[in-house]
Amino acid sequence: MTALITFDRVGKRFGNAVVLDDLSFGVRAGERVTLIGPSGSGKTTILRMLMTLTRPDDGTITLAGEPLFHERRGDTLVPAGERHLRAMRRHTTMVFQQYNLFPNMRVLRNVTEAPVHVLGLPPEQAEERARELLGMVGLAGKLDAYPSQLSGGQQQRVAIARALAMRPDVLLLDEVTSALDPELAAEVLDVLRDVARTFDVTMLCVTHAMKFARDVSDRVLMFNEGRIIESAPPGELFDAPTQERTKRFLRSVIDES
Amino acid sequence: MTFEWQAAWEAVPSLLRGLVTALQAAALGYLIALVLGLVFALLRRSPQRWIRLPVAFFVEFVRSTPLLVQLFFLFFVLPTVGIELSAMATGAIGLGVHYATYTSEVYRAGIDGVPAGQWEAAKALSLSRGRTWTRVVLPQAVPRVVPALGNYAIALFKDTPQLTVITVAEVLSVVKAVGAQSFRYLELITVAGVLYLITALVIAWPVRVLERRYRRESA
Repeated sequence: MTALITFDRVGKRFGNAVVLDDLSFGVRAGERVTLIGPSGSGKTTILRMLMTLTRPDDGTITLAGEPLFHERRGDTLVPAGERHLRAMRRHTTMVFQQYNLFPNMRVLRNVTEAPVHVLGLPPEQAEERARELLGMVGLAGKLDAYPSQLSGGQQQRVAIARALAMRPDVLLLDEVTSALDPELAAEVLDVLRDVARTFDVTMLCVTHAMKFARDVSDRVLMFNEGRIIESAPPGELFDAPTQERTKRFLRSVIDES
Repeated sequence: MTFEWQAAWEAVPSLLRGLVTALQAAALGYLIALVLGLVFALLRRSPQRWIRLPVAFFVEFVRSTPLLVQLFFLFFVLPTVGIELSAMATGAIGLGVHYATYTSEVYRAGIDGVPAGQWEAAKALSLSRGRTWTRVVLPQAVPRVVPALGNYAIALFKDTPQLTVITVAEVLSVVKAVGAQSFRYLELITVAGVLYLITALVIAWPVRVLERRYRRESA
């Protein structure tokens, strides 16, 4: 099985702080991977790199057989220009902790904007697809609302529909329920369970919702200080963690919820 | 010295003509300021240093030198290099460029006020740079600076008397011309002051309305 995503000895520092430390791992096409670990351990940085929002300092990231931040010029790899990044970006999309809907656009337009103007879909087709997706996330009745008229949970569900409308190969979920009350978080997680069932999109998910992680993930990666210290299917990692650090982290998360 | 209502009343028609001229110069200048200011703001964010730096220098230079000096420069120096413009055009350009350096700062603040998350969401959806600017960033940045832009409309209008030095027949020029014969400066300047006040209040009114409307929409 070849990997869709490969991190090869990737390093990232912010000032003196080492965020990712010589990190290597791979994700297969269609795999659902959850990244857990204490804050500041580098999980979100990984998603941001895949979305080309942050560049690595060292190492290479490969996505769908192509280096993400490098391009081939003759026989050598050179740092990628904006054109290459733009092309690579099309594989991936991301849902953010703060939803980041466009407040100046109605819900429907939020979901159709990119399909029409990036994918080049005819507007009617994009709209039909958007209605379908918004129906799936339970917001068929909110097509004409502005984001500010929606609850946080509703906004996040629109953001999920908006991301899926781009037909991504890779869906990145960055603490998508961390800004929500438990009740609203639950409705978002239900939608994501649906997504995981119905789409064969590759998912990388940073979350503290451990039950959700157990339900949807094929594999859980435990991060600490910029390294993966444990990687296993959720049943194994949650029920029989081998690392002391993982045990401590899981205990603290369970105490909290 | 007594205030002669008769003299005041007689000055009104010529002062009104001056006011119309001032408003034309101000309207044209403001239009230039609104468009050019946005252009400056965008160029100052260019990834190309050779665009960004000269524009930044020009904006700072114009902003830090007096409008009066700039008007003199435009009016007396441009013709010597073969650029002949009417006094009105020169005045409008002078006001427009000068105020563009202020509005560019206003736009810049508005653009900086758009959360980073909006740029990131646009990237996550692979929106092009142009689309991100015109459909995501500017529609959020501009409404929130409408009140500040409106205040500059009033300020710009209040700077129109400076055009008197380049022979634009605006209100102050009329005061000087009529006063030179009648010496009724008290009446002339009083009426001029009242006209300025009324005009400023009239300009302020749509600014308020826009302000309220955009505040509601962005709430």
